[in-house]
Amino acid sequence: MIDLLFRGGLRLLTGAQTFWKGEAYPYPEKVQVYFANHSSHLDAVLIWSVLPPELRSKTRPVAARDYWNKYRFRRHLSQKVFRAVLIERTHCTKENHPVLQLTEVLDGGDSLIFFPEGSRGGGEETGTFKSGLHHLVSRFPDAEYIPVYLENLNRVLPKGEVLPVPLICTVTFGNALPLIADESRNDFLHRAREAVLNLKREL
Amino acid sequence: MDPQLKILLGVIFLLLGIASGIGRVLEKRSEKANAVIRNLNARIKAWWVMCIFFSLAVLIGPKMTLVLFTLMSFLALREFVTLIAPGRGDHRALFWAFFVITPLQYYLIGIGWYGLSMIFIPVFGCLWMPIRNALTGETEDYMARTALVQWALMICVYFVSHAPALLFLDIPGYAGPNAKLLFFLVIVVQMSDVLQYVWGKTLGKHPIAPSLSPGKTIEGFVGGVLSASLVGMAMFRITPFSWWQAGLFSLLICIMGFFGGLVMSAIKRDRGVKDFGSFIEGHGGMLDRIDSIIFSAPLFFHLVRFYFS
Repeated sequence: MIDLLFRGGLRLLTGAQTFWKGEAYPYPEKVQVYFANHSSHLDAVLIWSVLPPELRSKTRPVAARDYWNKYRFRRHLSQKVFRAVLIERTHCTKENHPVLQLTEVLDGGDSLIFFPEGSRGGGEETGTFKSGLHHLVSRFPDAEYIPVYLENLNRVLPKGEVLPVPLICTVTFGNALPLIADESRNDFLHRAREAVLNLKREL
Repeated sequence: MDPQLKILLGVIFLLLGIASGIGRVLEKRSEKANAVIRNLNARIKAWWVMCIFFSLAVLIGPKMTLVLFTLMSFLALREFVTLIAPGRGDHRALFWAFFVITPLQYYLIGIGWYGLSMIFIPVFGCLWMPIRNALTGETEDYMARTALVQWALMICVYFVSHAPALLFLDIPGYAGPNAKLLFFLVIVVQMSDVLQYVWGKTLGKHPIAPSLSPGKTIEGFVGGVLSASLVGMAMFRITPFSWWQAGLFSLLICIMGFFGGLVMSAIKRDRGVKDFGSFIEGHGGMLDRIDSIIFSAPLFFHLVRFYFS
């Protein structure tokens, strides 16, 4: 019920036009990691909400613990409705390291929505990708890494704002990123970022 | 239910049924997948949905009609603001526009407070938007940004709200719910759009505004406006007008509707898009569908109020 209301509300706010450029969709054999540009707290849940039901039920957004664990309502949404994987952004230790958490989820057969930039950028620009995505790929190569480009969401809920403004947003899914053996970390991160940004240019 | 309304709805859905039938026959006859026919069928399908929603809302009552129009304004505003591509400095003002000013405008119309509903957005809304924008301290493009937010409110909310305002007019000697008057306006406007399209596709040769909208032709305009006016004239029994008054009103509605489409085309050209959105399959966005109502509703409302109320 809350799930339906929440997705309905999100749809009213964002219009959520969805494009699938990839071929692998819609019945992937492997688990998937959707990685996207990050500009708003709503990013992860928007991708989650536009996925078809059979994929959505086994896809978990990766979200910041400090934001989504703050109030009861957010906690309820993130844990009960979209089963977010809450990760620590500031106090990372060996035990709670995000990458460990994420590989566990993938091992369990669930897919992930992941934002390689880490914290949200200023808005328009897509920042450089942090090493997290590379860690994930090297620890779990047996997944499909799908680039996703989000447009306009930073305008719906810009940094520092609490109240959203409705705008039509687009979510573009691309082809799974081919993994190349012995690719250096920087090359890989650069290629991954290009894969996301290319979806923007095709619009 | 009002007997005239019953007949009206019967005719609308009968025509839709015929259109669907023709669409299906055309689709079967053409061997390869024909884009024009597919688009036509998508449009007819969307017409069904729109007619059902609109009829239901109007039948349930004026309050439901207002809810429907509030939603339409909300979606139109969402499309318009998306084209503006607002910056950080507009955020708070836009929040007001969507969640405070839009519902309040329809609330004022619903409680029948004519005076305030007519000045609410042009005076108070247009005073508050520049103030709220100034309070953010963001000065880059301040004038253009503020003007756009004001204009968005006028086009997507204020002008549109004149259509449901017809429901709250007190017209002496007019029997039956004012819903029929709203139906009159909407049917004439939409028939004009459809007939202009049909005349333009069949006979259209001379573009009327090639730089704005190459699809619009003189033949389409004249044929569409005149034939839609005849349709409006034929409906005079459901209105408080005599037959020639209904014809004149229809002519005016059609011409304003045409200009509405032209203005919206100019906006889309300016921003380099073809449609305002993809909300209604085959029709584009909400604004693409209601552009002619936006421009005809205020004029129709005030003329009816002046001469008949």
